[in-house]
Amino acid sequence: MSAPAPARSAARRRVGKERLPGPVLVVAAVGIAFFALPFAGLLWKVPWSSAWTILSTSGSRKALRLSLECSLWATALATVFGVPIAWLLARVPFPGRGLVRALCTLSMVLPPVVAGVALFYSLGRRGLIGRYADRWFGITLPFTMAGVVVAQTFVAMPFLVLTVESAFRQQDVRFEEAARTLGASRWYVFRRVTLPAIRPGLVAGAVLAWARALGEFGATITFAGNFPGRTQTMPLAIYLANETNPDEALVLSLVLVAVSFVVLVALRDRYLGGGRTAPVA
Amino acid sequence: MTLDAHLTVTLGSLALDVELAVDDGEVVALLGPNGAGKTTVFRCLAGLLPLDGGHIRVDGRALDDPTDGVFVRPERRPVGVVFQDYLLFPNLSALENVAFGLRARGVAAREARGRAASWLERVGLADHAAHRPSALSGGQAQRVALARAMATEPRLLLLDEPLAALDAGTRGEVRRDLRRHLDAVDGVHLLVTHDPVDAYALADRVIIIESGRIVQSGTLADVTARPRSRYIADLVGVNLLTGIGHDGGLTTPSGGRIVPADRVDGAAFAVIQPHAVALYRTPPDGSPRNFWAVTVADIDHHADRVRVRLDGPVALVAEITPESLEGLLLRPGDHVWATVKATEISIYPA
Repeated sequence: MSAPAPARSAARRRVGKERLPGPVLVVAAVGIAFFALPFAGLLWKVPWSSAWTILSTSGSRKALRLSLECSLWATALATVFGVPIAWLLARVPFPGRGLVRALCTLSMVLPPVVAGVALFYSLGRRGLIGRYADRWFGITLPFTMAGVVVAQTFVAMPFLVLTVESAFRQQDVRFEEAARTLGASRWYVFRRVTLPAIRPGLVAGAVLAWARALGEFGATITFAGNFPGRTQTMPLAIYLANETNPDEALVLSLVLVAVSFVVLVALRDRYLGGGRTAPVA
Repeated sequence: MTLDAHLTVTLGSLALDVELAVDDGEVVALLGPNGAGKTTVFRCLAGLLPLDGGHIRVDGRALDDPTDGVFVRPERRPVGVVFQDYLLFPNLSALENVAFGLRARGVAAREARGRAASWLERVGLADHAAHRPSALSGGQAQRVALARAMATEPRLLLLDEPLAALDAGTRGEVRRDLRRHLDAVDGVHLLVTHDPVDAYALADRVIIIESGRIVQSGTLADVTARPRSRYIADLVGVNLLTGIGHDGGLTTPSGGRIVPADRVDGAAFAVIQPHAVALYRTPPDGSPRNFWAVTVADIDHHADRVRVRLDGPVALVAEITPESLEGLLLRPGDHVWATVKATEISIYPA
């Protein structure tokens, strides 16, 4: 098992010494600059002296807390529902599987505002399902924090489904067979063999879904509205502030950039495919 | 019979139809070419592939019987499997791997670890209990896989190519250990192998499977002395010829005539050792009863021997020394004469 390692690292060293083609480097550098430049602009404009004062206003604090809370709830829901969906798509051949996969990833490619409109007419107070939820149970989702979570889950879950599905597909099912011959029930196999094996994919999928939920704007404002303290998440607060108080918009943006960047860097090597390859199990 | 099975299953182009009867304590090797259905036999016995027809009974208890609607799930069968590439769980230590089956069956953690530790000790790996599979050598991983399968005390232990993944150096040692461990536990031991040396060292009896059917079974000595298939003949490196025996000789399907010392009537096999075949540039003097005009098909050099494949009414492999190859100046396509003494041909009914 460890035998090929020296050969591989020797090969990598050899490739490293090879001369890289100049034009590719130039184009890549331009692309990287394109990614970096907007953040440079942001950092340049941030009113550093008044940053702390702006952050300590109750409005921004509320928006930040709401954003974190809702995005974590959305990630949890996406995981609870997304993992079984991913398992079904990866492991159970059934007619129409391609259609179901398309359906489960549609909200990822849809303009978020369309997702919001769709949610409004299905789960809204007068919506297809929403009217009964309202009439029978008194549950209304639009313009509530739960509505924010639903909107975020709707657009974020596909990221988890796709990532976890691919992890399920890459897993060698013979390990599960081996576990069964040892006397493990299906559920025990799932917990002790399958789940550890797909963990890198699960973490990566959860992080992507969380990042998507944190940045969610269109579906949220359409379905849940923009009520400070209740449904006004960071992106909404930033959008609003950009019209009236650009300094606040800059500081809040910086916070979002910092939070996302720290998470991505922290998970980079182990789970998101950068640097080393993710461990097999 | 501890294991009594009749397996019929169709899987793609393979139509498996195999009957097995194995006693407690017996070690039986399934030998056969790739795609013959050996692994399918194992998957059926382990419950990873349901039968289309037939039955599997272990100690009289039905595990699979489509006509009666019986199918016992793999986790409920008294069957343990050592997989070819071991399939040790990479996220668990050696000890946790061995304890896995016990834990899955509801044995308390402390007791499972204790029993797993004693199994690891038994296979000589007590020092490696905390190691992950990635830190084990091939031979060590094989022993962990064996301990893991034996820890659940199966009545039927299946070993799929248990030595195939090992390098030649560790193979001999692991083979000896394996025999010792198999002898130490009760139950039926079935192993799949393509290596007759493994079969000889480990098994009491061999079953030869080809294209989903049993073509021969018995001790390895019986099977190799009187091969009934091209696969076994090639495996032991002898020439196997089929034909119809009449008038003291054997006529091959392509019209060649073989005259052995013994006489058999009807369909028969003849076996000729390659070193018993002599080659000549010109028709030999005297009147050898077995001599055939043949064409050199190809020449295969080994360390101190040369194997010459010959086409003709009697297709043969001859084994000669490099010196006689030089003397004969053989090239592929050359026409030569092959002779074999009648006493060097063994013949038996098909």
